[in-house]
Amino acid sequence: MSPSLQRAQLPPFSYADEPPAGENLPILPQHVSPGRLERVLRAGHFAITTEIAPPDSADPEEVYQRARLFDGYVDAMNATDGSGAHCHMSSVGMCSLLTRKGYAMVMQISCRDRNRIAIQGDVLGAAAMGVCNILCLSGDGVQAGDHPDAKPVFDLDSMTALQTIRTMRDESRFLSGRKITSPPRVMLGGAANPFAPPYDYRPYRLAKKIAAGAQFIQTQYCFDMPMFERYMQQVRDMGLDKKVFILLGVGPLASAKTAEWIRANVAGVHIPDTIIQRLKGAQDQKREGLNICIEMIQQARELEGVHGVHIMAYRQEHNVAEIVERSGALEGRKPWYPGLVETSASSSSLSPATQELAV
Amino acid sequence: MYTMRQWSARHARGLKHSYEWLERSLVKLYPYFQRMGLSKVEQPLMKFVEQPTKRFLFDSQSCGQCTLGSTGMSCPMNCPKTIRNGPCGGVRANGKCEVKPEMDCVWVVAWQGTQQLRTEQQALHILQPALDWRLKGKSAWLRAAEQRIREMKS
Ligand code: SF4
Repeated sequence: MSPSLQRAQLPPFSYADEPPAGENLPILPQHVSPGRLERVLRAGHFAITTEIAPPDSADPEEVYQRARLFDGYVDAMNATDGSGAHCHMSSVGMCSLLTRKGYAMVMQISCRDRNRIAIQGDVLGAAAMGVCNILCLSGDGVQAGDHPDAKPVFDLDSMTALQTIRTMRDESRFLSGRKITSPPRVMLGGAANPFAPPYDYRPYRLAKKIAAGAQFIQTQYCFDMPMFERYMQQVRDMGLDKKVFILLGVGPLASAKTAEWIRANVAGVHIPDTIIQRLKGAQDQKREGLNICIEMIQQARELEGVHGVHIMAYRQEHNVAEIVERSGALEGRKPWYPGLVETSASSSSLSPATQELAV
Repeated sequence: MYTMRQWSARHARGLKHSYEWLERSLVKLYPYFQRMGLSKVEQPLMKFVEQPTKRFLFDSQSCGQCTLGSTGMSCPMNCPKTIRNGPCGGVRANGKCEVKPEMDCVWVVAWQGTQQLRTEQQALHILQPALDWRLKGKSAWLRAAEQRIREMKS
């Protein structure tokens, strides 16, 4: 049976024990975090995450506006941490605002800007605010951003950051050995790039990340499904898809020109010529970019060992709803968003989630 | 010197052997060093022998926690992000570094250079711990000898 058909047999996802916004859910047995994303993944559903672009502004309303675009379409949002080495509102700040509203966040931590003292402090602060997922990245080099004159820190790397936070969570200790009284209950994630050399090493690198503590993986943008399938074949042969949740990174390309620019200038993004040709040949290139992204998701839904998608729609955030809708990725689910419980829980004994599904 | 570094990576196997020979000699010399006082030996050893040799052959950055033996003689501290568990996701399609496009990614070089080693000897398969920055500029050779002696005792 295909993975999507198997999922169709699952019982509906319930939000029955959803607390008031800003408070944590109970931690279920075998779970490491009180997070909704972990619940969706462990229940076997196809999870959807997206990236929320932090503003160049100190106005919280801008953050809320950006988040509302995804209401009802995603299970969690990644708050990026100085992505592309550009300065924006911090991931801690973004998470602080959005967890107050009850949103599920994936806080990204880049090792480029902070050392082990700062990172561990942020982890405790984030967990205290209700952040349930942390994604560790090495980070882009400073040369890629708007402050190429900055001092790159890179005290830890993505692996040692994962290891450090796992020690904090599972052993209630800092890296120094000093005791933590209440450990951060977070699910740990890492990035993977199946599309960069050395290709034959990449599955082993995934194994290493799992050994370091990664429980979920979000990949780099996929524009080359055959290449990803080859990677997944090896991942499955090594049994890694049973040890980690894999979310395929996807995103819409705005035009052939943008695609060519990204290919030349953004580190680690692989776009095959066929995709560029397809965009060039299209009447409406932007539409075609969306179509390609939607097709990737549809193919990912049928791939054994893929547990969801991570949609990175930079400057096309308003199109995420359409991408999710048309790709059928939710498979009949409705992700939680502020207001969902209030509107549907009013007049029925059904759990909000089942009621949502009934309409 | 990048050319020299490339040469060393190509001759990783032979260099690894000389490296192991050197370690064995240091283990033998260690008791004498101890008698002379390790702190007195470390500085000149580092300044006149270890640092210049490693610098010349591998562009070593003297982090004091040497992994050359398991990286095919590719010093990971030449990675502009000083990643000890590389390669990062930014490696270019031609195997060059994301940050310095004129340089081969040190971890791609390490991957190619360690294919003949057993898995458990390859740095790429072993989780490397976070660096202890206090050891920068200290002798990795002495530390390795020290560790070897400890292992032999236990
Ligand atoms: S491409 Fe290789 S050398 Fe360059 S930053 Fe990444 S891991 Fe380091």
